[in-house]
Order: sequence, then C-alpha cells, then structure tokens
Amino acid sequence: MCGIVGLLARTTEFREELGQMLTPMLVCMGDRGPDSAGLAIFTAGVQPSLRQFSLFSSLRQFNWSDLRDRLRRDTGEQAEIEALENHAKLTTSVLPEKVRAWLVENFQEIHLLAVGRSIELYKDEGHPAEIAARYHFSQLTGTHAVGHTRMATESAVTPAHAHPYTAGEDFCLVHNGSLSNPWSLRRMLEKKGIHFETDNDTEAACRYLEWRMSQGDTLEEALQKAFSELDGFYTLLMATADKMVLVRDAFACKPAIIAETPDYVAVSSEFRSLAHLPGIHQARLFEPAPEEIYSWNV
Amino acid sequence: MERLDLSRLSVRELNQYLHHELPKNGVEELEILNPNGLHNIAVGLTVPVRIRILGHAGYYLAGMNQQADVMVLGNVGWSVAENMMSGSVRIKGFASECAGASAHGGLMVVEGSASSRCGISMKGVDIVVGEDVGHMSAFMAQAGHLVICGNAGASLGDSLYEAVLYVRGTIHSLGADAREEAMSENDYRTVDELLGKAGINYSSKEFKRVASARTLYHWNAEAGQEY
Repeated sequence: MCGIVGLLARTTEFREELGQMLTPMLVCMGDRGPDSAGLAIFTAGVQPSLRQFSLFSSLRQFNWSDLRDRLRRDTGEQAEIEALENHAKLTTSVLPEKVRAWLVENFQEIHLLAVGRSIELYKDEGHPAEIAARYHFSQLTGTHAVGHTRMATESAVTPAHAHPYTAGEDFCLVHNGSLSNPWSLRRMLEKKGIHFETDNDTEAACRYLEWRMSQGDTLEEALQKAFSELDGFYTLLMATADKMVLVRDAFACKPAIIAETPDYVAVSSEFRSLAHLPGIHQARLFEPAPEEIYSWNV
Repeated sequence: MERLDLSRLSVRELNQYLHHELPKNGVEELEILNPNGLHNIAVGLTVPVRIRILGHAGYYLAGMNQQADVMVLGNVGWSVAENMMSGSVRIKGFASECAGASAHGGLMVVEGSASSRCGISMKGVDIVVGEDVGHMSAFMAQAGHLVICGNAGASLGDSLYEAVLYVRGTIHSLGADAREEAMSENDYRTVDELLGKAGINYSSKEFKRVASARTLYHWNAEAGQEY
C-alpha cells in the first residue's frame, strides 16, 4: 500500500495556497504509507538560461555554501543555493550534464533529486507528517504538485527509494502498486545507456516513460506504449512543467479519486484526504477508469 | 432524531455506540454527519434502525449489516455492504470497487454507477445499480440477483455460480462460463420487483438475463486448456 496525492491550481489565488491545501492531503495519506514521503512542486520556472537542482544530503549539517562556492570557482558561472534541513535548491547556469558529473566527482554523498526549470523536489525517510513539517510543505506555492506516502514492499526504505522519482528534466512520477517486470525493463533501458540510481520498481517505469519522451513521444503516447510494456499493478501520477497526468492499470486495483472544481484538480488515493478542500462538496468527483489517460494542463 | 457528528466522534466511538447503546435505547432513526470519506462507518449493525449518512463515506461502509436500513447521501469507497446479511444499503451517489462483495442477503441499491468487481462472490444479496458497473462484476457470484440499469464492463459474471444478472444496457464482454439467456416470466417478475424496491423506473422488458453455463462446475481433463 502507498498513498498518492496531486493538486493542480486553476486560479492564481489557489497557486498561493497550493502547499497549504496539499499538505493535509499528504499527511492524511500517511495512513497508507508511513515510512517515507516526498513531494514535487512545479512553479512558473527560472529563466531559460538557468536550471534548478534539488539536492539531498544525508548529513543535516552539510556545508551547502561551500558547494556553491566551489561550483562557482570550478565553472566560473553563476550559482545560488537555498538550504533547508537535508535539502537544498541550487540554481545555476551550469548545464545539467556538467552539474551531474561535477557532483559525482566532488560530492558523491549528495543525491540529485530533480533537475529542471520548474520542478522542485523533496523526499525523505519518516512519517509524512514529520517530513511535511521538516521541509515546510505548507508554505510552498506553485502551479501543481504531486506527492507520495510510501509503505515499502519491494525495496529498502531510504530517502532515495522514496517517491517522486524523476528522469530527464521537469518530469516526475509517483506510483501506488508494484511492477512485475521492472528488471527486464531496466535491462532493456541500460543497454541504451540509461543509468539507474536505485533498485526500485518505480524507477523503471519513470525511466521508461522519460526514454520514450526523449525519443519524441508525448507523455500520452509514452503511456499508451507503457500499457503493454509495464506488467503489474499501478496507479501512476505524473507531472511535467505544464501538466499533471494520471493512469491506472487494466486491473485498476490500486485506488484513485479525482475532484475537479473551477479552482483546482485534486487527485488522491482516497476521498478522505480531499475532504478539507474548499468547495469539495460541489466538486465533480469521479474514479478514473482502467487504462484511460487523464491529463490536465496548467 | 438523533444526530452523531464524526467531526466530534471517532469512527470507533460511533460504532461502539451503534453496537452497544443502540440495541438498548430504542432509537429507530439517526443521522451521521461529516463522514468525510472515513472508513468502517456503521459496520456490524445488528438492529432494525434507519441511518442516513450526510456526505461521502470511505471503505467498508455498513459491512456485515443485519437488519438496518442505511442510506448514504453521497458516494462510498471500496466494499460497501461487504458481507451484508439482511436489511438494506442505499447509495445516492457512486460506489467504488467491490460493492456488495460476498453479501449474503438484504438489498443494496447504488443509484449512480458502481466500479469494478461489483457483487464479487455475492451469496444471496439483491443488488440494483442505477447506472453502469465496472469490469469483473459478479465474479464468482454464487446466489442472489444483480440488476444493472446501465452498461456492464469487461468480463461480466466470470466463473458465475447460481447468481443471476440482468443488464439493461450493453455488455462490454462476458466472463468465462457466463452466457446470455432468454428472459422467463419469472425473470420479468424478479426485475420488476427489484426495480420497484429500488425506486428506479425502467421496464423489465428492457433487460437481458446473464447466468452460468455451468461448464466449469466439473473439471474436464479432456478439454484443451486455454487461458
């Protein structure tokens, strides 16, 4: 069991309240996934010459300004860092591949959680309520966000195994369920030079979809192919810079409910985590059908 | 009328009241406020009480019900009225998966649609669904009736035993060993009677009957096994 939540703001006012509305959804779904949690939030984004990198250190006392200064010194480019607990957001003009290689060379203990112009990602081990408090989720603002509460069934409980998973830029995925063929997908992708960071089944789905998109598919086209390539149980909630997308496998035995109002689109594993949302009793509430793609644009 | 508010009481406190106080105090009618999608509301009722739930409920609503008449003015999550023995459960909105699973008796009405696996392993309950049912509905259904006023999803009635299904709309596909059969006078009477109880206004003439072909009742070692 795991919990998934997603919220897309349809008004400027609601964007300001995104974290405040989403946090109780995530904490409520802590009942379905108490061992770790994560959240990816998308904002209007940094200017085209920059990228933001969500970084994680297992040490709470990590010297983030030193990392920033060394990046500036080694590349001669601009870099800013904002740190909070084990997490930091690095904004820089250095290109993603270069940052990745530089981190591996200089800071092996740092995990790169997400890269893009819009995405900011937090994930850690512990009850979702603690993680939400630790990283001030309720203060976050943005256009849309997806979150996950994990009850591990097939790989270890570590911050790296928590969801959301990311691949490429400005793409993330959360998963409730379990895949039966992640290793065959992984072998297929590794032969194409795609690198995996954990032994988690969800990472295979995430990298498969991003690989399809890197080959020119839209996310919807990639998902159509995934319906025949992914074997197992899944409700997948994904986000890119401009949309939020939901699918369930053919058996549809992992739950989801959708609430749409003029102000927002909310997705959760269970209705009770949506009950606090404003106007929920006037919302259009429905359950997503198996192998249908539900997509909402920002 | 008694009103119990789930924003003030826990589900456990509510159910303890329903199990221990209600059989003694003679209350015949009560309302439950602010269900807010909580699970296990009003499970294990044993007395003839009328309960209205004002809002959406979560999983296992009115599971194992005996004698009570429960109405939900909203939607319900998984496995509403699971293993109901008698009484009735009516949902004004839609029901998620496994509605009426394993229920032995009583009447369950879903005025909207029911999701996948509606009536799975039903053992004598009567179910009326006002709109559609999802895939694998009435899987291994053993006894009782499932009346579907809309359309049925894939694999309806897979591995059916003796439950009988009536469908007004289209059937996406029948499951293994389920077959469409001619309606008899008895079938028309049954459908009219159940629609009457559900307060849903269609003619039984619009329905078709689905029942077990009974070819899976005995293992046939000679048959080519295709899966």
